[in-house]
Amino acid sequence: MNAKLAAPSDVAIEFRDVHYHINDIPDRAIVSNISLTISRGETLVLLGRSGSGKTTLLRLINRMLLPSQGQVLVQGRATTGYDPIRLRRSIGYVIQEAGLFPHFTVAENVGLVPTLENWDASHIAARVEELLLLVGLAPAEFATRPPRELSGGQRQRVGVARALAADPPILLMDEPFGALDPVTRAELQREFSALARRLNKTIVFVTHDVREALLLASRIALLHAGQLVAFAPPQDFLRLDHPEVHAFTASLAVSNGVSP
Amino acid sequence: MSPWNFFLDHRSEILSATLDHLTLVVISMAFAIAIAVPLGMLIVQHRHLRAIALGVASVFQTIPSLALFGFLIPIPFIGGIGRRTAIVALVLYALLPILRNTYVGLTGIDPAILEAAEAMGMTSTQVLLRVRLPLALSVILAGIRTATVITIGVATIAAAIGAGGLGTFIFRGVAMVNDSVILAGAVPAALLAIFADLLLGLLERRLKVA
Repeated sequence: MNAKLAAPSDVAIEFRDVHYHINDIPDRAIVSNISLTISRGETLVLLGRSGSGKTTLLRLINRMLLPSQGQVLVQGRATTGYDPIRLRRSIGYVIQEAGLFPHFTVAENVGLVPTLENWDASHIAARVEELLLLVGLAPAEFATRPPRELSGGQRQRVGVARALAADPPILLMDEPFGALDPVTRAELQREFSALARRLNKTIVFVTHDVREALLLASRIALLHAGQLVAFAPPQDFLRLDHPEVHAFTASLAVSNGVSP
Repeated sequence: MSPWNFFLDHRSEILSATLDHLTLVVISMAFAIAIAVPLGMLIVQHRHLRAIALGVASVFQTIPSLALFGFLIPIPFIGGIGRRTAIVALVLYALLPILRNTYVGLTGIDPAILEAAEAMGMTSTQVLLRVRLPLALSVILAGIRTATVITIGVATIAAAIGAGGLGTFIFRGVAMVNDSVILAGAVPAALLAIFADLLLGLLERRLKVA
């Protein structure tokens, strides 16, 4: 029954003893000793405080960074063996505040990777419409608008649609809902959780919000000071005995106590 | 003779000087833009060139304009008396505002947008041409606007080295101690500067992406 952990064909991304440090200063490591296997179709959440190295791990996957030591394998091949442009176009990427291009319309933002890949115009238009519907935005109303006319939540939906445009098997998400108000945030988390189950993509999701991690993750990887300190499915995560896990569960207890 | 009467009597002469002046400015600006914008794009990618390019452009701008014209006269090919020398000096003078604004515009872009562009798999050329440049356009244009206004002003001094233009009236008027003659050059020059500023300002606002 534990097929998830077995056959290599089920592995989408693998970190093999990865270290990353800036400018070859080994004692200033951003992340170290990371060994981690991410299964195809799962939603792995990288949880940790600011500066714990979460985003660095994400950027190692699409070769925005190269490991100083060790290897990151995507679909069984080391990222060093990929052309970075090809690799990135096959991996969706969503960031906080969406990072939409302000001089493009919503449709042009969503259709960016297909445009870079020289799809023909009618194919792009059809794909954009499909994606806007998927993320809950009416194409007729939103396609031709510039991002500045959208709310934060709508922008983030466009960000998700843009990341999915070329149907990449892997989706990287860096605190995508971090800048939203709590109500919109909860709404998008729920919808995204349903969407993730439906799409069957491998998702690596970075957050510092333990609630979000528990809601979305198939497994949670907890990072602390550049080290992987805990790795467990959400139901087991809260029972782990590690000071950093306690710190996060304590934050959960406090916010539960305060909220009505 | 009142300035107004002088103006009416010499209107064709003033008009032709204004056109000469405008030609001088347009040619100089075309060269300055053709040099400074690509150079600005280059120094975004090549850090080591940045300080040199901006430094050299700043030096040109600190030289008083009359002195710059003077320096150029003895230089072979680009120097001498006349329009060509004036254009060289005006181009050197206009470089800094355009170069600086091009650089600032291209580098002052929200890092989240650049991160997204890179992560989407844009090549660095695509990032430059499809993201940085369109987003920097209004800032670059602001530099062109500043440079144009400066060039219209400095071009009046170019008359001192025989380049023609509205400065001819100003220098002649000073020599003759005749206000009417000075104004016949100064007023059209000022109007040119004001109109150029308004027009380019309008264009700049239209190109601005919120």
